[in-house]
Amino acid sequence: MKVTIGGAVKPGTTRVNKTGGWRNFRPLYNKDKCVKCGLCSLLCPDSSIQEQEDKYVIFDYDYCKGCGICANECPKDAIEMVLEEK
Amino acid sequence: MSGKMTVVEGSYAIAHSVKVCRPNVISAYPITPQTHIVEDLSQFMADGKIPNCEYINVESEFSALSALIGASATGARTYSSTSAQGLELMHEVLFNASGMRLPIVMTVVNRAVSAPISIWNDHQDSISQRDTGWIQLYAENIQEMSDMTAQSFKIAEDKDVMLPAMVCMDGFILSHVFEPVILLEQELTDEFLPTYDPEHVLDTRNPLSFGTFADPSAYTEFRYLQQKGMDVALGKIEKAAEDFKTIFGRYYGGLIEPYMAEDAEILLMAMGSVVGTIKDVIDKARSQGIKVGLIKVRTFRPFPVEAIHSAVSDAAIVVTLDKNISIGLNEGALFTEVKSCLYNSDINVPVMGLMLGHGGRDIPMSTIQMIIDKAAQAIKSGIKVESEYADLRGELL
Repeated sequence: MKVTIGGAVKPGTTRVNKTGGWRNFRPLYNKDKCVKCGLCSLLCPDSSIQEQEDKYVIFDYDYCKGCGICANECPKDAIEMVLEEK
Repeated sequence: MSGKMTVVEGSYAIAHSVKVCRPNVISAYPITPQTHIVEDLSQFMADGKIPNCEYINVESEFSALSALIGASATGARTYSSTSAQGLELMHEVLFNASGMRLPIVMTVVNRAVSAPISIWNDHQDSISQRDTGWIQLYAENIQEMSDMTAQSFKIAEDKDVMLPAMVCMDGFILSHVFEPVILLEQELTDEFLPTYDPEHVLDTRNPLSFGTFADPSAYTEFRYLQQKGMDVALGKIEKAAEDFKTIFGRYYGGLIEPYMAEDAEILLMAMGSVVGTIKDVIDKARSQGIKVGLIKVRTFRPFPVEAIHSAVSDAAIVVTLDKNISIGLNEGALFTEVKSCLYNSDINVPVMGLMLGHGGRDIPMSTIQMIIDKAAQAIKSGIKVESEYADLRGELL
């Protein structure tokens, strides 16, 4: 989207502006190890991990900043942070 | 056309100008280094003389400007005044105001910055804020300052500009001196200054975010647009001065004001109240046949490059007078910028920089005369020292 004077914008512009662009590390999810505790989804500061109906999660790489909190907190080491290749 | 003169303190004249510009929010931190400007405004408020306005006492200068950012975003016409250390404390917020393109108007009563502790006049405070994206105007006397205040609202709030403006006046020399002034008339000011009608307004019925996040893919473009606003402001500053002249009959030049400059071999350049002294010295020198003139720089940001080019092209030497120093470069800001705008141009005129009047040191006519003599010497035998103090007291060192 075009920039506006003073950066004044209506709510919801991040639907267009994907803010995951500065990520250096990408969380990789190992579903086999996951015990569906939901901690990663709960602790993600950017709401980028969504629980599905079956309680497994999916990662939203459009907005994930790669902070690694999910990988750090996962009790089963089911999330691995790997270097983002650009 | 207006006419009635009153003898008032400089600060009062500015407070009066602000009043007739019909501000909606005024914020102030009422302690040193504040001036009578906000004190007088506070009195106007208490007397019910500023309708539809909120006056906020805040807990610091940082808050004073932060409060205005919020207020300005709602579409209010906003004003504050500050000085020296107070302005320095605002530093971070200055960028927010300009980045969000909020046309806040603020009087900066120019004073030296501590340490060493000083409450007297120089330009170090506002010059230190040169790159914050604010328009910077400098006034020669109380009348010009009074008129410039109204002009600055018009310039800043212009739809194609939308930048905050610092209107600078010399501390004590202008702020605390009583002078005959024509106070701005309400009816004429209403005719001159339209109501503020911003494109974007903070409103719960139509939510907006201001100054939003810009990652590396978009940040540069915001800065680019700010510069575009400054480019447009050059013309709007001249236009505001012309419009003011039409309605009030007073005019001080637009971006710059030349004085006896047309045939001048020695061309002095300065900002602020020292200009008055320089004009007196020039009158005296002219009567002795010395071809000396002056370019008063009213607008420091945006820097009037083209106006300066055409003003200096025929001079034999340009001498800048600076009430500030970039320590580590040993130059005043006007000197640096004038040199810089001539480089890569086809104008080849030598420029000499003299710093003076720091920390409130008086600038008597003899100092200006000495500078003119030095310039005359430099025309004959070249510039010996590019930039130095004109009034250094060697006996103290």
